Amino acid sequence: MAKNRGAIEVDIATCKGCYLCVEACPFDVIDLADEVNAKGYNYAYMKNPEKCTGCANCAMVCPDSCITVYKMTIKS
Amino acid sequence: MSIDINEIKKAENLVYKKSSVLTDKVMHYCPGCSHGAVNRIMAEVIEELDLQEETIGVTPVGCSVLLYNYIDIDWQEAAHGRAPALATAIKRLRPDKYVVTYQGDGDLAAIGTAETIHACNRGENIIMIFINNGIYGMTGGQMAPTTLEGMKSSTSPFGRDVARDGNPLNMTQIVASLPGTSYVTRQSVHTAAAARKMKRSLKKAFENQKNNKGTSFIEVVSTCSSGWKMTPAQSNKWMVENMFPSYPLGDLKDE
Ligand SMILES: Cc1ncc(C[n+]2csc(CCOP(=O)(O)OP(=O)(O)O)c2C)c(N)n1
Ligand code: SF4
Ligand code: SF4
Ligand code: SF4
Repeated sequence: MAKNRGAIEVDIATCKGCYLCVEACPFDVIDLADEVNAKGYNYAYMKNPEKCTGCANCAMVCPDSCITVYKMTIKS
Repeated sequence: MSIDINEIKKAENLVYKKSSVLTDKVMHYCPGCSHGAVNRIMAEVIEELDLQEETIGVTPVGCSVLLYNYIDIDWQEAAHGRAPALATAIKRLRPDKYVVTYQGDGDLAAIGTAETIHACNRGENIIMIFINNGIYGMTGGQMAPTTLEGMKSSTSPFGRDVARDGNPLNMTQIVASLPGTSYVTRQSVHTAAAARKMKRSLKKAFENQKNNKGTSFIEVVSTCSSGWKMTPAQSNKWMVENMFPSYPLGDLKDE
């Protein structure tokens, strides 16, 4: 069965830690880091990278265009 | 099956990246502000329709006053509330260009009420984007004409009292009743599905302008978490529960 695997890359410098991508992800992939960026925001990162499907929902709600999304189909 | 994350993060697997029509400037908006998401969608639509060289935007006074720094198209900055008047002039002088205004509710539905109504009534062949967050965000969250009954703002700390402050103004409903508008819709950007729908609406509005259909008016029911004094996530929830009943999403007119 084919399966979608995805990955996101967050631009840490421009992320404002708003949490909207965390809320928008249907698979609980994202969380905010304990560390902060240069502006003092807890930035988003992939907490559960293996669950990402590459649906891009997170990127659709990000107000600061910090998220890049990749997706590939794996046949098993 | 385990697969290395770097196997996935390859150019051939790219499905979404920041629009090339957005500049590298970091937006000054507060974390989670709806303005950022709408700016992003506007850039994506202009990129996908290949209209970067053909679009002239008009910025308002309000939190989105610096929008010309973020979307790499030609812009003019209007005096407070006058964007539709300026857009009228631009479109009439350059009918070959696509003209888009972008305004908050204080700009479009308070000081600029006359310009809004007359441009829509004349049926100027422009797109108007209306960010309705229910307050004056930039100046400290004061009550706006759009502020809901009972909604708290810095100048109505106990909530809008209709007996004292008058009724909320539903500008989108008003412009839908005018003969010059061809497409009037209310959208939002609080979920991925809503943002995708907003994008389709804006594409349609560009298509309408191409076909000389008159005014396309898109309200985006929005949040201002700083003014509302909530987190962005709480603001979205508050908006769904309180703004949507008064400002329901969907098309009001599509001719
Ligand atoms: C002639 C004039 N009157 C008043 C102001 C003060 N002022 C600046 S922005 C603004 C309202 C902004 O609210 P809105 O249009 O809702 O935009 P937001 O900031 O919420 O995006 C006001 C009253 C001004 N700049 N110029
Ligand atoms: S692409 Fe989809 S699954 Fe992956 S992090 Fe974003 S919202 Fe979650
Ligand atoms: S939505 Fe964007 S700005 Fe907000 S936390 Fe996620 S990546 Fe950061
Ligand atoms: S004050 Fe409100 S509208 Fe202005 S940038 Fe901040 S959240 Fe956005």
